[in-house]
Amino acid sequence: MTNSIREIEGMEVIFIIGSNTKETHPVIANRMIKAYRKGAKIIVADPRKVPMVRFAELFLNLRPGTDVALINGIAHVILKEDMYDRHFIDEKVEGFEEWKKSVEEFTPEYVEKITGIPKEDIIKAARLYGNSRRAGIFYTMGITQHTCGTDNVNAIANLALLTGNIGREFTGISPLRGQNNVQGASDAGCLPNVYPGYQRVDLPEIKHKFEKAWGVSLSQNAGLKATEMIPAALEGRLKAMYIMGENPVITDPNIHHTVKALKSLEFLVVQDIFMTETAELADVVLPAACFAEKDGTFTNTERKVQRGRKAVNPPGEARDDIFTIMEISKRLGYPMDYNSPEEVLEEFGKLWPALAGIKYNRIEKHGIQWPCPTNDHPGTEYLYKGGFPRGKVHFTPTQYTPPAEIADKDYPFILTTGRNLFQYHAGSMTRRVEPIESHAGEPYVEINPSDSERLDIKDGDMVKVVSRRGNIEIKARVTRMVSEGVVFIPMHYREAAANILTNDSALDRHVKTPEYKVCSVRIEK
Amino acid sequence: MFESKINLEIKVCMGTGGIAAGGTEVLAAFDSALKERDIQAKLQMGCSMHKVGCRGLCAKDVLVDVIINNSKSTYQYIKPEMVQRIVDEHIVGGNPVADWLVADDYHNFYKKQVKVVLSDCGNIDPENIDSYISAGGYKATEKVFKSMSPEDVITEIKKSGLRGRGGAGFPTGVKWEACRGVQSEQKYIICNFMDRAVIEGNPHAVIEGMVIGAYAIGASKGYVYIRAEYPLAVERLKLAIKAAKERKFLGNNILDSSFSFDIKIKLGAGAFVCGEETALIAFIEGQRGMSRAKPPFPVYQGLWGKPTVINNMETLANIPYIINKGADWYSSYGTEKSKGTKVFALTGKVKNTGLIEVPMGITLREIIYDIGGGIQGDKALKAVQIGGPSGGCITPDMLDINVDYESLAKVGSIVGSGGMIVLDEDDCMVNVAKYFLSFTQAESCGKCVPCRIGTKRLLEMLDRITKGKGKEGDIELLEKLSSDVKAASLCGLGQTAPNPVLSTIKYFREEYEAHLQGKCPAKVCRDLLTYYIIEELCKGCGACLRACPAGAITGEKKKPHHINRQLCIKCGACFDVCKFKAVGRE
Amino acid sequence: MPKVTIDGRTIEVPTGTTVLDAAKMLDIPIPTLCYHPKLTPFGGCRLCIVEIKGIPRPVTSCTTPVSEGMEVTTSTPQIEDLRKTVLELILSDHPNDCMVCERAGDCTLQELAYFYGIRENRFAGERRIYTKRDGNPFIERDLEKCILCGRCVKVCDEVQGVGAIDFGYRGFKSKICTPYEKDLDCEFCGQCVAVCPTGALTGKLWAFKGRQKDIKEIDTVCPYCGTGCNITLHIRRNEVVRVTSREDTWNEGWLCVKGRFGYKFISSSDRLKKPLIKRNGQFEEVSWDKALDYIAEKLNDIKSKYGADAIGGLSSARCTNEENYLFQKLMRAAIGTNNVDHCARL
Repeated sequence: MTNSIREIEGMEVIFIIGSNTKETHPVIANRMIKAYRKGAKIIVADPRKVPMVRFAELFLNLRPGTDVALINGIAHVILKEDMYDRHFIDEKVEGFEEWKKSVEEFTPEYVEKITGIPKEDIIKAARLYGNSRRAGIFYTMGITQHTCGTDNVNAIANLALLTGNIGREFTGISPLRGQNNVQGASDAGCLPNVYPGYQRVDLPEIKHKFEKAWGVSLSQNAGLKATEMIPAALEGRLKAMYIMGENPVITDPNIHHTVKALKSLEFLVVQDIFMTETAELADVVLPAACFAEKDGTFTNTERKVQRGRKAVNPPGEARDDIFTIMEISKRLGYPMDYNSPEEVLEEFGKLWPALAGIKYNRIEKHGIQWPCPTNDHPGTEYLYKGGFPRGKVHFTPTQYTPPAEIADKDYPFILTTGRNLFQYHAGSMTRRVEPIESHAGEPYVEINPSDSERLDIKDGDMVKVVSRRGNIEIKARVTRMVSEGVVFIPMHYREAAANILTNDSALDRHVKTPEYKVCSVRIEK
Repeated sequence: MFESKINLEIKVCMGTGGIAAGGTEVLAAFDSALKERDIQAKLQMGCSMHKVGCRGLCAKDVLVDVIINNSKSTYQYIKPEMVQRIVDEHIVGGNPVADWLVADDYHNFYKKQVKVVLSDCGNIDPENIDSYISAGGYKATEKVFKSMSPEDVITEIKKSGLRGRGGAGFPTGVKWEACRGVQSEQKYIICNFMDRAVIEGNPHAVIEGMVIGAYAIGASKGYVYIRAEYPLAVERLKLAIKAAKERKFLGNNILDSSFSFDIKIKLGAGAFVCGEETALIAFIEGQRGMSRAKPPFPVYQGLWGKPTVINNMETLANIPYIINKGADWYSSYGTEKSKGTKVFALTGKVKNTGLIEVPMGITLREIIYDIGGGIQGDKALKAVQIGGPSGGCITPDMLDINVDYESLAKVGSIVGSGGMIVLDEDDCMVNVAKYFLSFTQAESCGKCVPCRIGTKRLLEMLDRITKGKGKEGDIELLEKLSSDVKAASLCGLGQTAPNPVLSTIKYFREEYEAHLQGKCPAKVCRDLLTYYIIEELCKGCGACLRACPAGAITGEKKKPHHINRQLCIKCGACFDVCKFKAVGRE
Repeated sequence: MPKVTIDGRTIEVPTGTTVLDAAKMLDIPIPTLCYHPKLTPFGGCRLCIVEIKGIPRPVTSCTTPVSEGMEVTTSTPQIEDLRKTVLELILSDHPNDCMVCERAGDCTLQELAYFYGIRENRFAGERRIYTKRDGNPFIERDLEKCILCGRCVKVCDEVQGVGAIDFGYRGFKSKICTPYEKDLDCEFCGQCVAVCPTGALTGKLWAFKGRQKDIKEIDTVCPYCGTGCNITLHIRRNEVVRVTSREDTWNEGWLCVKGRFGYKFISSSDRLKKPLIKRNGQFEEVSWDKALDYIAEKLNDIKSKYGADAIGGLSSARCTNEENYLFQKLMRAAIGTNNVDHCARL
């Protein structure tokens, strides 16, 4: 998030696109509702009638995978009706004219054809967002889990730049992180192309800096992304994997494929708190401590570094991951010697100025948002206050490309996947919580009443959902949450795992995120 | 026999009371009888026949006025089968049917009344806007739109001294002025339900009052809260709103001015608490009718947070008459601080019960003995409960006080909703207090503790006392809790609910004390009564024995009977059935 | 900015500040039950009544905004007497079972009864009796302990935007229930449980797991989504028995169903407790040393055979910053590959 959760309260317009905020980020939704009570106007763009629609001034019920068209269409109207922030663009953005040409074709009429949203609503959305200078955009995986995910994100950025809704309080672009430390894992450099603090591995001076700090020479080869590791394993290029706290068997697209890849490894180490589906395939399984059993810091979606504390002892011989990593490292001939997690954060801070001022003693009660370069810096509530780091930023022209799979004769439905309110991710935690399991322990596929009627499916019937990758048997939930021609399956349930169906060959061209949000399926009774 | 110049008008009382007594059928009977005799055709334009709203004396329904050439005869207790004779003897024959005409008591009932709000009720056809207009209706609206600024209207209403007819009697003009002074793009006026008689008898007066009020404060929307249990009132109001819109007295650009005002009807399910402004606002907002703390007062932050004036029907129905006849005329009625007239529902042990309108300051004695005709069965007057369930009672020694806001407040009562219940020697004051409290207790919105639980506890204590389970200190505890509930409650309901308790204790403390001693002086509280046979008077007829549902009475024929107190359930059947007054109770 | 004098002390407060909030700024205590700082004022419990010069009757300080020159007295014998009556009335319709009540020691009503020394009750009378009817697995409702403060109704509507419950019925029979007493349509965020001042709403999960005694409270961060809500773990005998969130956290004490009720996995019997090595398709428990040595041996082996880039590491978005930092350092510095990623995209 460029801005803070607190700021939501002061926004005039909240544009939620591809985020089921009320179910996946309920407490952020609470802030949005607070803003709504103060008069903020909410726009929700989603293929499903998600619960936030109840509070929406405008609901844009778009077809899955057509976000770029919608956003460009909104930009088109903002340009045409002269609602953009010329001064902001002149001062801070480059490539306006070129980009302007790229959205010319996205007339409301054209966008209506692609997205299925009435053109009046597109114009209304443009007027709401375009006329406000206190407007924020919120998105999650509904934007990124597409072959065109990067384009979606760029289109959103263009929209914020066009209206100058960034770099000020109560504005911004806010991707909402799905897991409690996605932000921190990225910050810490668990990415193949960057070291901690997003410092590129392919820049020699950066590499040199880290070599010096770590006292060892580092690889100059680009690393593999998670979604590239699986095919690499199948192809035999990757021989061993060390997986800490992940369950790719359930969370990666095309489960059959993932299992086959992991089985083909020579050596697999899994470190987790439960015997997950992935751990079952491992050669060595190490018992880990959970969040309540260790000290450390977590960075939330608004870049706030907060203290996690040890409250109970881990069960049996389970150990925290720092112990395990240090022990392995030592045995690999690279001893690491830290007396406490605090020392680790300090080292991290020395290598990344944004974190340099964040110390344990400063975040005992309240977290601090990075960048926080010095010990007396209060942290940063919103980014780009004094302009963008490299002077000017660019408009990035984006074109609409249809999803990799579209509905056809054999697979007439579009499947989109996601979470529900009660379960979490692969379910290894929530599915072990009895009340949650008794209330929401059963997998289901959401199907629109008109579709179910046509297929003679009643609410509660078992149906077979078939994709080009596989099929699952699952209970039908007849609901108007989904539009005609669209079905939704939550990702949490291993017994009817949505990722048996999803498309592993459809990845975002740039960052290789799988297209979980669109694949084509058919429903059999 | 009669010439076509003759002017004939027949008015049939068709308020809810009139309809219940058969008003519709009576009107139909007149219609067919006149048709049969071909009179209508002959009279042509000179004959009119219509329903009118309630004139207050429902006990004598169906009331019918027959007006021939401005000479009015009023008939009482008319049934359809009586119509033929009236037509034959009176309309055709020219001789009123003397047996069926109203008597002195009818005329006395009206003699001391002064009708302003109800002046057209019972005269005009409430379902016909022309009937209202020909009686001078909407002249006030025309006057306001032609020649008065909103400030002029407020000045006139302030000058008239009109105060809210219900609740606390806040000056209407002052309320309007406060609301006018608040800057807001949206304001509202709400008409609260009070008495169905006005809406049933003259709905246009309420609409006119609202239009003028809206104009004065600058409101573009109005709501009439009306109870769904009164379908006739709802129906007539709907008709009236429609008609007023057609004539441009309501809706967009009223009387071609730039002022627009619309009225919506909001049907409620008779929640007493909606008499409280804030609860009514919550209800209209679509929430539960629940009181809110004041301040902020509705004139500043009312419906949906916007400035809102809430007046009740009676208050609003006064407005057109004040505008037409002037503030000075209006304020010529009443006392120094309480101007104009007030409608009361006179009920209880009085001979003439009904809806009355009297000038403020009239004495209670005049109301009870002149208008009401005295106590039924000429028994002794015991008390008058004024102001509805939240009011207080007044004793016979106070009969000469003036009925106005200040004087009533001074003796612990209120004008309130305008209820006036006359109690005689057969009424138990503890029981009366219990009766009123059981009503308010059940109507509490449940929000605040003193009202929700406090009134319940008061009721429990009263119940205990009437059942002979009271104990020493109960009266003091009643007083203590009553005053705490009054002091600590959120809204008018809780703040006034203990009034009947406090005023009955104040004036009839000895009656409470008697209950603690196990006696109900009025012989009402069943649990405190014992029934016995007065042997000297008992003829041994066996009537009581047969009437007793509990088999508690034994005795041989022609010999004094006996009541077994263990078995007696104190139903009083023996007492009622004995012709010889041989059953005693104490 | 109006000035107000409370109990003889004067303070200037922002326009719109209530008398109660102004008193708080002066650290003058006023008892409350229905008031909650994050919800709109209700004015139902009547405990916060004060005297204001020029206003004939006591007014609730939680609903009354300060006006210029206002003079407030928060405690007089009459006010205290009224408060006591109100408390007695509430207690006259409240079970006297603090001994087994989940909220004992953490109950506003109990605390007030203590401070006002209420032992006898002048107003004892009928009590509401309800048969329990709870299909849901999360929230225990004990309507007999409900004082109708309305906090749950307000939080459900104002904060959560759900409106699952409201006041129903009238008078003494008033109660909090679903609209028309139909099935509960609820997100089970437990916000109502968090704001309930008595034992009327409690979590089923923490029933009889411990109240105040021997409970340790540890502040940490929720393990679920990226919002990062601050939570407090209640620990008894090395077990997390309850999760709450403090009002002064940035998330204002609000949580969702997962954050508030989803903690039982911590003490799940399924937890991995020993290192395991797979031999002939079967996992065998081994010592840490054995497992770690084996891992080092195999990784070194593969590295020397195929190069460091034949090894890949997946880190976790649920591990700490420190663990993630060390994990990538392990992959890069100890193994020598940039093949490290985590599940940000999934």
